[in-house]
Amino acid sequence: MSAPATITWLAGHELRLGWRDWLSMMTGGRRGRVRTVAIALVLFAAFMHLIAWAMVGPYAATPADPGKAALVALTGTLLLSWSLLLSQAMESVTRAFYTRSDLDLILTSPVSQRKVFAVRIARIAAAVTAMALFLAAPFINVLALSGGARWLAAYGVVVAMGMTAAAFAVALTVGLFRLIGPKRTRLIAQIVAAVIGAAFVIGLQVAAILTYGSLSRFAPLQSRWLVSHAPDAASAVWLPARAVLGDFGALLVVVAVSIVLLAAAIAIFSRRFGEHVIAASGVSQATVRQRASSGFRVASAAHALRRKEWTLLRRDPWLVSQTLMQILYLLPPALLLWRSFHEGAGGFVLLVPVLVMAAGQLGGGLAWLSISGEDAPDLVATAPISPRRVTWAKIEAVMQTIALVFAPFVAALAFASPRAALVAGAGALVAAAASTFVQLCFRTQARRSQFRRRQVSSRIATFAEAFSSIAWAATAALIALGTWVAAFPAVIAIGILAGVRLLRPPQAA
Amino acid sequence: MERPVALAVRGLSKRFDRPAVDALDLTVYGGEFYALVGPNGAGKTTTLRMVTGLLRPDAGSIAIDGIDALTDPIAAKQITAWLSDEPMIYDKLTPYEYLEFVAGLWRIEPVTAEARARELIGWLGLAPHANERCEGFSRGMRQKVALAGALVHDPKLIILDEPLTGLDAGSARHVKNVLAARVAAGGTVIMTTHILEVAERMADRIGIIAGGRLIAEGTLDELRRKTGKTGTSLEDTFLTLVETPVAAE
Repeated sequence: MSAPATITWLAGHELRLGWRDWLSMMTGGRRGRVRTVAIALVLFAAFMHLIAWAMVGPYAATPADPGKAALVALTGTLLLSWSLLLSQAMESVTRAFYTRSDLDLILTSPVSQRKVFAVRIARIAAAVTAMALFLAAPFINVLALSGGARWLAAYGVVVAMGMTAAAFAVALTVGLFRLIGPKRTRLIAQIVAAVIGAAFVIGLQVAAILTYGSLSRFAPLQSRWLVSHAPDAASAVWLPARAVLGDFGALLVVVAVSIVLLAAAIAIFSRRFGEHVIAASGVSQATVRQRASSGFRVASAAHALRRKEWTLLRRDPWLVSQTLMQILYLLPPALLLWRSFHEGAGGFVLLVPVLVMAAGQLGGGLAWLSISGEDAPDLVATAPISPRRVTWAKIEAVMQTIALVFAPFVAALAFASPRAALVAGAGALVAAAASTFVQLCFRTQARRSQFRRRQVSSRIATFAEAFSSIAWAATAALIALGTWVAAFPAVIAIGILAGVRLLRPPQAA
Repeated sequence: MERPVALAVRGLSKRFDRPAVDALDLTVYGGEFYALVGPNGAGKTTTLRMVTGLLRPDAGSIAIDGIDALTDPIAAKQITAWLSDEPMIYDKLTPYEYLEFVAGLWRIEPVTAEARARELIGWLGLAPHANERCEGFSRGMRQKVALAGALVHDPKLIILDEPLTGLDAGSARHVKNVLAARVAAGGTVIMTTHILEVAERMADRIGIIAGGRLIAEGTLDELRRKTGKTGTSLEDTFLTLVETPVAAE
């Protein structure tokens, strides 16, 4: 065992906390679920390997020294994945600044703060890398099985990506802290993290739409223009891509650079990290004055509940940013609509599943906030209104918000194709209602501020919500195309909801 | 003349991994300030949560002002208010908006509710902050807002669980004054507290609960007589009773 207060001792402490956090997140805090989670993970891994087989299997034969076009496509894909890792790492760094947990204990202890925060930054890097490895493993394994052991070098690249993402995330967040101060960094950093995560994907889609009239984000990466304007094949820019393809010299350079970057970030920022944490802890909630109300207007309990839900959502920029991030993904389809409308390209059908899917996801988020994220559960439970009416009022608030958000898109679509608009509108409402049903079956008692951890409370609910939205989106798309095959995904969607009803915990029954 | 009964609890039981409340009988009269005291885990909060409809009892009956709270919970809730030790308010609402929301839940006519809200906000010293969001409020201010919420619908019975926890002397005084005024105006207050001086000074009757059962009940003098020691403080009386439980009357 290492001596107390040394780097290895602190690392051991962080490792234990990290492991328990992860276990708790996976099992929802229930010890009895460990075996179930293990089986689910094995099944998930097997499923992911099948998906990976379909997606990357054909590329396993790519030669170790391919042409510039392949290097461009591979580098773009790596950059896309790295932007997601950076987003995740920024989120973790922001949380490290602002979550109190054991910080009071650490900051008042005689342990060197620099050591503590060096270990914390390393922990963030390790967590981001572990997640990346978990998601990338099926793809790498499939490539290695089909194309040879050289593809295993990709594991090294993933580790390097995790380390560099953590290093950049620390630098970016600390930079924001110095630039705009601790008060605003919390919100801005989280928005920046979300935008970074989405921007590259959306940017590629926007480029694809403007250039090719397609929603595929890979289309620009395969364009002749990009290949011809990209650096020469011998350029160092392609080192990560070459490392993935099994060039061990390139891998050595990539890993070495990432280690240097992370070490530099730890060395430079660990000292200031403590100062920033102290500054963040001194941030108090600013007093926000609202315009004096012109008088009480609430006429009924249901009206009071709906009005409260809308007011709380409207006044929480962080929650708005989190929920509206899902709307950001509507930007490319909106652009596609605009382009199709002007050119008569008829790409409207593509919009239907996108709108339905987005409505399902947004509906799930809003339903969680409204149903589970009740900050005064005792107040509502002791009010003279039946639980059924409370639930209905909250469902109404969710559905009305969905209608408000999606109405402009559906109205715009109606100009181009009334039939597609009708299907999209109905599909959006059904998908949102289905997600609300899932949240209703798996409702918990939580605070609104725990919104980001809502998936933790039930993995079944998270997956059911996602698969239900996908199934309804597929149904709507096929109805818009006018084919009876639409019945299949509809049956699957109804089956998911029936399964949810069967699996719901007893208190929600 | 027979005193009106504000709360009648008979044979109330609730079991988690062990009995939390065990065949409890409790009667609180209208216009009375009743303090429920007991050691940690005695079953005080569980009892009150069952009375307010936040927990379903395993057995027993609860009547609030003659209304069966288990068969007609809506009617019982209409005349009851609950205030816990953790203030239940919304960070993004102002006190004024919070009271408008509570009044809406209790279906109080807007004009009446607004007048009452303004009165309570002034009374509790919240007027300068009436249009500020609650997110920056201290614990004491949050508790005052929650208390205003409990009073805005003019309940006959107010049930409070450790309402003075974490309050400074000024805020605690405010809360106590409001409760005393409420009782003086004919309302009924049931309060759990660990601060025995508060129970001693404010309560008409004190119930001592331990192991899920009411082990003693009465005025301070009656409790002292039960221990056989006169002139002792409630703290001494309480400790004697809890250490050597006697059957409730």
